[in-house]
Amino acid sequence: MSAPIAMPATAAFDAAKWRADFPILKRMVNGAPLVYLDSAATSQKPEAVICAMDEYYRQHNANVHRGIHVLSEEATSLYEGARKRTARFINAASWREVIFVRNTTEGLNLVAQAWGRANIQPGDVILLTGMEHHSNIVPWQLLAAEKGAQLEFVELTPDGLLDLTTLDALLTERVKVFAFTAMSNVLGTINPTQELVRRAHAVGALAVVDGAQAAPHLPVDVQDWDCDFLAFSGHKMCGPTGSGVLYGKRALLEAMPPFMGGGDMIKTVRRRESKWNDLPHKFEAGTPAIAEGIGLGAAVDYLTAIGMDNIRRHETELVGYGIDRLAEVNDLTLYGPQDPSVRGGVLTFNLKGIHPHDLATLVDQDGIAIRAGHHCAQPLMEQMGVAATARASLYLYNEPHEIDKLVVALHKAQKVFGG
Amino acid sequence: MDDFYREIILEHYKHPDHRGQIPGASISHEEDNPLCGDRIRVDMLVKDGVVEDVKFSGQGCAISLASADMLLEEIKGKTLDEVRHLDKQAILDLIGIPLTPARLKCALLSLKVVKVGAYGIAEWQEDEDAE
Repeated sequence: MSAPIAMPATAAFDAAKWRADFPILKRMVNGAPLVYLDSAATSQKPEAVICAMDEYYRQHNANVHRGIHVLSEEATSLYEGARKRTARFINAASWREVIFVRNTTEGLNLVAQAWGRANIQPGDVILLTGMEHHSNIVPWQLLAAEKGAQLEFVELTPDGLLDLTTLDALLTERVKVFAFTAMSNVLGTINPTQELVRRAHAVGALAVVDGAQAAPHLPVDVQDWDCDFLAFSGHKMCGPTGSGVLYGKRALLEAMPPFMGGGDMIKTVRRRESKWNDLPHKFEAGTPAIAEGIGLGAAVDYLTAIGMDNIRRHETELVGYGIDRLAEVNDLTLYGPQDPSVRGGVLTFNLKGIHPHDLATLVDQDGIAIRAGHHCAQPLMEQMGVAATARASLYLYNEPHEIDKLVVALHKAQKVFGG
Repeated sequence: MDDFYREIILEHYKHPDHRGQIPGASISHEEDNPLCGDRIRVDMLVKDGVVEDVKFSGQGCAISLASADMLLEEIKGKTLDEVRHLDKQAILDLIGIPLTPARLKCALLSLKVVKVGAYGIAEWQEDEDAE
């Protein structure tokens, strides 16, 4: 082995402090302390989020909106307060632009169905990229099939960046939507969102941003980006499952028909027609996920207190350390950009001769949680020429010594398979 | 941690006895595991109701490929009626280690290919419901 790689000292200090906020990280798995390297799938939850939801159910549980009694007013105020703080978290111009949904997938489907069905015509082009998650592909496939629209894709460079040299040719006047991820869940690639939005707008297309990976890990400013829609999930950013956000520019949301019909999304209902409620309620039919919304608010508070810039700095150092350490492992192929400044905390790789499933099982024996498979990005896997990969993904609570443990476990796996 | 990968599993994975394809096979079928993209094809040469030869091809993890090799070892020479009776437990017995639900899908992929290929999808649905 070559000279040891210096651990990022400042980050290690902060992470240790943040780490203590996550009760689950104290548990043992298969006789070893849990090393959780699967945050791109879902993050762990800090005490503050767990407590906020517990407190809601113990003290304030009631249905929101139109309630007269104390509990209902408390529940409404907690739920709507969470929305307002979430709006500030992404710097939305108004809380009315923040629609609570179940997750990123639901947010993207809402755009494709409610906006898309009203606005997409036969022959229109929907532009995607070669690194999209299934949730930013399939809703557009459904829309394109229904409307006779066409899907086009921005290809990737060999090091896993979007090939922007082809963008001008792809962005024709026929493009009505350009939907792309701000950060790849497989390659970790951080895309130049602001520039992509600007270029979409230049041809009159809407810019729809999949923020599932960006919102938990990068500072997000929707006014700075100028995106038309942004979807993200609460559960990947320290919040509960079942919480998510669709941000949309107010004028667009006002002009759109509703997504689902039901209670809470109407002002008045007559037998044969209804009048839609104001934003954001127009898009929130039925009793929402109240505890989850409140949990998301607590997660936003938690991340805000730490500071998204600090989280990004920590993860930049950590992913850089991970890239260096994984480079020491023989027969390991690391996918995605090698430059930590354009790469989030995602380390996707393969070890020659060991299927990623076997690898995930072997390191799990040492309490290390990684993911193996296609990561809901089969078209990207196809481009990469692999059926599956192993993925270790990082968050604010991860420390360099956990990457060291992964590297040790990878060496052990190679021994098991006869190296 | 190598308990999980018993010598016998690695042996079947690294040096399979029944890997390949059979030109002119009586039954050829392929299935994939949507969880991971693993894909296994099984070719069977059946004469008078007896599996005279059987081979698998495709890609997958050690668990799925080793269990395929072990399963094929088991069914070669048996009648199709006998093969029909092989179930999930038979595979688990062959593998001899406890499997998590996700890895169970890897282990059972080849059985699914054989069952669906030889008897149709109806035969398999039963098994999945029983899980």
